[in-house]
Amino acid sequence: MATLEGQAPASLGAGPVPVTGPLRYRRWVFLIALAVLLVAYPRVFVSGFAQNVGVNALTFAVAATGWNLLGGFTGQISFGHAMFFGAGMYTTAVFVMAGMSPWISMLPAAAVAATLGVLIGLPCFRLRGHYFSIATIAVGVILLTVVTDRTWLGGPEGLTLPIKDETLWNLQFSLRDLTEYYYVILAIFAVVTGLSFLFVRGRAGRYVRAIRDDDRAAAAVGVPVRRYKLIAVALSGGITALAGSFQVMHALFVDPPSALDLSLSIQIALIAVFGGAGSLWGPLLGGWSIIFVQSYSSVHWQTPGRPVDLLIYGALITIVAVVEPSGLAGLFRRGWRNGERWLATRRGGGVHRVTVTGDRR
Amino acid sequence: MIDLIQSGLSGLLLGGVFALAAVGLTLVFGVMDVVNFAHGEFVMLGMYIGFFSWSLFGLDPLLSIPIAAVVLAVVGTLVYQGVIRPVLGRNPLAQVIVTFGLLVFLRGLAQFLWTPNERSVQNTIARGLRFEVGGVVVGGPQFVAAVGALLCTAAVAWFIHRTEVGRGLQAAGEDPGGAALMGINPDRMYALSWLLAGGTTGVAGALLINQFSVSPVAGATFGLISFVAVALGGFGSVAGAALAGLMIGVVYGVVGLYASAYATAAALAIYLVVVVARPQGLRGTR
Repeated sequence: MATLEGQAPASLGAGPVPVTGPLRYRRWVFLIALAVLLVAYPRVFVSGFAQNVGVNALTFAVAATGWNLLGGFTGQISFGHAMFFGAGMYTTAVFVMAGMSPWISMLPAAAVAATLGVLIGLPCFRLRGHYFSIATIAVGVILLTVVTDRTWLGGPEGLTLPIKDETLWNLQFSLRDLTEYYYVILAIFAVVTGLSFLFVRGRAGRYVRAIRDDDRAAAAVGVPVRRYKLIAVALSGGITALAGSFQVMHALFVDPPSALDLSLSIQIALIAVFGGAGSLWGPLLGGWSIIFVQSYSSVHWQTPGRPVDLLIYGALITIVAVVEPSGLAGLFRRGWRNGERWLATRRGGGVHRVTVTGDRR
Repeated sequence: MIDLIQSGLSGLLLGGVFALAAVGLTLVFGVMDVVNFAHGEFVMLGMYIGFFSWSLFGLDPLLSIPIAAVVLAVVGTLVYQGVIRPVLGRNPLAQVIVTFGLLVFLRGLAQFLWTPNERSVQNTIARGLRFEVGGVVVGGPQFVAAVGALLCTAAVAWFIHRTEVGRGLQAAGEDPGGAALMGINPDRMYALSWLLAGGTTGVAGALLINQFSVSPVAGATFGLISFVAVALGGFGSVAGAALAGLMIGVVYGVVGLYASAYATAAALAIYLVVVVARPQGLRGTR
């Protein structure tokens, strides 16, 4: 594999870029600033609306982080991620109803989703492009139908979780103020983003990007394409399931439409892409902006019986896809780069640092 | 037994409309490798046009077919010029996302303009018809929809395979560069494929309003079935899509008889089985 990394064809070389001193420093500043913003948010914006937006945005950011590993980094566009989200919701619901702590239930939830992903991936990864995407839609819709028919999963009525003592261990808090829920999902987001970072910066990350860019060429240079697609879908499904686990503890209720509907799959995928497919920060940007716009428009711009949120959300997605396919993260990166270039020319220096920005699509 | 024949036949008639809906989708894919995920929403728009022609102007849905065809052809062309052309040649993800965004947008637009209520037409010409042969009943709306759909599908197939412009369309699909050298403007052919796709979808929508009620989410099932039919038939193959549409219709009808909740799931399961066993679809070569 040494030669592989040495030759650096397109994406195989686009792993960790040797970062020079000032840039690494700036990256840490950026990270800390972001962390401060996210931690301070529920203390600064205390309205019920703002806290709801925060919790939902982060829930979808976690789900979209899962999607991003498979769709953004590995290039397998899935429109069936609700099944992983739903697997997380249902598994956690079943285990919590059996008396287990929701934290413990996250392990089997992620395991169920990862297994589901591998089981679906085994036949479906033979399919390419649109065939794969439509297969994920098909599996998702079939699963929705089957689960709706299962009485031990509550059938169409769904499952309602018992209300317990408000403790961290039970993952139940006062609903008057969502701050605790916010910090729980923020912690989950931090963990899964860390996991994704570890995954995409190493050899696995170079392999999956090579698969995304050209799977035949990747196979030809010795990348175990099938195995890494399966690893990606397992990890992707597991992460999205964690979002589902949290969601069911927040709502204390799960039924087939809220867990497995095609529109949920579409929402997860569109949030990831809107934020920036193949960017670690994409899901966060996408989650916050889409959930904010949706919530804001459905609260403030709506006359009864005339929902306007879908209209605005759809228009936004379409416009961003036309203007900047790499999403908000791409827009930011472009702005950042232009800013740097502007600074560099003002100082009269070269523009050498501009090229050192890592994963470009 | 009579039930089985009845449901099989009803399914076959429904399959005719699935076939027509799928033809529009496969046309765009065959010519320019773009899957329009908002296709079901085009069908929904066609159904609304049929509905409003009836409720506002008292036009029978059969008479509003040309109106729906023209309006949807315009919509198709606008969509192509507005959002599809800018993303051509970009990464495939952008193309998928554009049409998914369009899906959400059109559904939202319908919800905003016409509320989420279900609407349906009454006392139409087609509803007055009814045939019965040996205990098997064929409802007028189903019959009219199937016949209309097959005629329209045949017309599209004829246009593509037998006319000069149709062959130009195929040429642009196979090799845009080569076609351009032969004096065919690929861009105009792409626009034409969207115009045709919109037109056929409008016809499908106007035919369907005889039989089904329309709401902003009415397109979901038809869109889903169209993708399956197109993929099953092999992306880009008109005959394949039509055949697959009929097949899915029969499955839909027969499964619907025994377990109505599973009808869509069964159609999708067939897609999975066929596509995993034969990844290029029934008739496709890609």
